[in-house]
Amino acid sequence: MKYTKEHEWLRVEGDLVVVGITEHAATQLGDVVFVELPEAETMVAEGDEVCVIESVKAASDILAPLDGEIVEVNTKLVDKPGLVNEDPTGVAWFFKMKIDDLAALDDYMDEDEYADFIG
Amino acid sequence: MTDLKKLVLANLHAELGGKMVPFAGYDMPVQYPAGVMTEHLHTRRAAGLFDVSHMGQVILRPTSDMAALVAAFEAMMPVDVAGLAEGRQRYGLFTNEQGGILDDLMFANRGDHLFVVVNAACKEADVAHMQAHLGAVAEVQHLTDRALLALQGPGAEAALAAWVPGVTEMRFMDVREFDTGFGPLWISRSGYTGEDGFEISVPAAGALDLARSLLASEGVAPIGLGARDSLRLEAGLCLYGHDIDTKTSPVEAGLTWAIQKSRRTGGARAGGFPGADRILHELAAGPERVRVGLRPEGRAPMREGTALFDPDGTPLGEVTSGGFGPSVQAPIAMGYVAASHAAPGTSLMGEVRGKRLPVTVVSLPFHPTTYKR
Repeated sequence: MKYTKEHEWLRVEGDLVVVGITEHAATQLGDVVFVELPEAETMVAEGDEVCVIESVKAASDILAPLDGEIVEVNTKLVDKPGLVNEDPTGVAWFFKMKIDDLAALDDYMDEDEYADFIG
Repeated sequence: MTDLKKLVLANLHAELGGKMVPFAGYDMPVQYPAGVMTEHLHTRRAAGLFDVSHMGQVILRPTSDMAALVAAFEAMMPVDVAGLAEGRQRYGLFTNEQGGILDDLMFANRGDHLFVVVNAACKEADVAHMQAHLGAVAEVQHLTDRALLALQGPGAEAALAAWVPGVTEMRFMDVREFDTGFGPLWISRSGYTGEDGFEISVPAAGALDLARSLLASEGVAPIGLGARDSLRLEAGLCLYGHDIDTKTSPVEAGLTWAIQKSRRTGGARAGGFPGADRILHELAAGPERVRVGLRPEGRAPMREGTALFDPDGTPLGEVTSGGFGPSVQAPIAMGYVAASHAAPGTSLMGEVRGKRLPVTVVSLPFHPTTYKR
């Protein structure tokens, strides 16, 4: 698993990258009440705002971690946003991306580095 | 950042795992480990204990006679002060010359003096304002040696009665003083959640003991500012600085229930308060814009600042408080719209992240209130 400074996790699954938010992020956000997902089969660039998460406290975004194509989104989250708090690193993945070069993932933090990052 | 003021109960909040944030100059618990949603629902189901010691507690003690103080206090707001019986509390509003709202407050008639509770962010200005208007007839005492706790929810009466049995005899907006082991408590049967409950002014020295005693009662949990905000929003209550401010009049804000007949045109003591021209005119002719309840049709919350339009795209106003209502289980909001579009059932659009989404005007509150009248 790789991690971004925006508190997303990235997991390679075959030739796809699965993206979600970390336990730390879910805790900080508080109870999630709304999730807006991108359309599948959308081309995105690194840093694009692709998802919106609203908690009881505030709204925040998920940014595309890499250039590529969003090929699948987790529509379960639209009906049950609370899954993001219940199981942020499992059931509550947000989207799957196809990227040209998986080596681009190497630029992101590994688990130890992320643990240091959030202190 | 300037130094934040610490609450008397700061150590208790730390011990309870409170997440602290700056609010109105104080280091305040926004939530505890249970989280906003759980804390909100717990308050509606059982009882929640809120530390609202950041709010301003002020004694107005007449220098000669109470009637002079009452008259001078009435001249500060469009509210019937003279008609408030001893042992009763009322909601009030300081208005400015333009008919806007300087602050909203609670005031109680305690026989030989008035007791006033004002918003934290406004309290220094309020004390100066009262000093200027009441200094000739009263001593304005800003109390800094007392904490203020709110105990709210269906379980509040039983939890407090275990320590102060007399509270069971109180009804909504009654105020009483009780001599207890925690010191003299000034208790009102009121709050800002839409639930039955109490606000308890306690000497700082007894505050920790009282808070621990209440938290030890079955069903009482500590509740942070986050849930306090969602509870008051569901109850349709205004938050000063958001839903009401120096630009909004009490009539626009839908607070006409706080303006008793005696202060309206034709009343025994009509007018004579700052902004009377505008406020009395709006009472007679209707305001141009008005605060309404809003229910977004989708699941996306419409937060403060969301622009509102009619279906043709004409701007109508904006959201002043908005979020998710845990008891309603849906996004809810309040905002101002042109009076022509304020009827419940009116379909509007709210702009969220560049997209115009449907939202319907609804009557307030979103969640029924359960005051013990």
